[in-house]
Amino acid sequence: MAKQYRSIGEEVWKNKVEKVNAELFIFTYGSLVVQLIKDYEDYHSVNKQLDKLGYNIGVRLIDDILSRTNLEKCKDMRETAEVISKIGFRMFLNIAPSVSAWSADSKEFSLILDDNPLNDFCELPPRAVQGGLWYSNVLCGVVRGALEMVGLLVKVEFVRDVVRGDEVSEIRVRLEKVLDEEVPVGDD
Amino acid sequence: MATAQRQSLLKLDNKATKRANMLLEQNVAKQRRDKVSLNAFALLFSEIIQYSQNRVLGIQDLESKLSEIGYRVGLRVFELAMWREKTVHRETRVLNTLVFINTVVWRTLFDKQADSLERSTESEDEYMITDNEPSILKFISVPKEMSSFSPGAFISGVVEAIVECCQCPARVTSHVVPADGMPLRTVILLKFDKEVMGREKQLEAGK
Repeated sequence: MAKQYRSIGEEVWKNKVEKVNAELFIFTYGSLVVQLIKDYEDYHSVNKQLDKLGYNIGVRLIDDILSRTNLEKCKDMRETAEVISKIGFRMFLNIAPSVSAWSADSKEFSLILDDNPLNDFCELPPRAVQGGLWYSNVLCGVVRGALEMVGLLVKVEFVRDVVRGDEVSEIRVRLEKVLDEEVPVGDD
Repeated sequence: MATAQRQSLLKLDNKATKRANMLLEQNVAKQRRDKVSLNAFALLFSEIIQYSQNRVLGIQDLESKLSEIGYRVGLRVFELAMWREKTVHRETRVLNTLVFINTVVWRTLFDKQADSLERSTESEDEYMITDNEPSILKFISVPKEMSSFSPGAFISGVVEAIVECCQCPARVTSHVVPADGMPLRTVILLKFDKEVMGREKQLEAGK
């Protein structure tokens, strides 16, 4: 199963997406984080804001994934996790974080980002580390937003990050609730 | 200082050192990571615009906010380009600087050269770089009520940083000048500072 997703993800990345210089993307993200820090002057608020921007991105990004793949509905969280990693991350950032550390009830797992593009060139000043900044927090919001659109309410947060001096970067995802399928209320 | 606190600070310091060493070991001479998806950039850029829009009053403010974000990108792009281009020395003359931006910078960022580089016919301190279809603006549609807004302000920020690094500071603005089939054709207008033009004259005379 995982193998199938890997090849779908790679196929999409290779043939179906337009690309842009990674460094332009990385620097632009960095510049946005700097802007948020200037505007909010508090690292926790910056985390929150990054998560919010990420959420907005996720809500739209899921359409992009679904329109470029013929994915069927995932049966369980394990399948969902594979799709997030092998297709979602691959399609946009050309990475595939490994999925690990499942909880006993299979509702909670970790995405281990061995190679997070956003972290390239990034060195946090000690006060940002102390202040609790999660530099790539936008990714949490993206995952949350995208999953919400397919009816999965999740809690997503960083628990470790190499830019903070940790061994690896780890995002923890926990399924909170599965939304019943219902006709969405008009969005006006 | 309490021992516990000192220890926790020490631990933090060790971690920071580790990260710094990791970065220093990376080779920047070659681009380590090639591409990400254009959609990823477009989604991020769209959020940047919306975020900025919520914090400003008018279109001009919005453009200068975007330009500020681009400026920080430009500083870094310039440093890296200088590292990597073996034959390039730091340009000081206006025209060379412009050609550098038109070719090297554009190729690095957008995988192509800019479509044209022109000097204004009206004033000699004004130059224009034109991109017929800026790839990073591809999915943007500017609403009618904001028709004077140019999302290329981000690019003009990048350019502004670079000319400043080359010691040719200029006021850089961006303008949408649509042409057939090219709704987001963007002109980056550079107006060089007086000192720069004065220096140019001197250098020219001294040749």
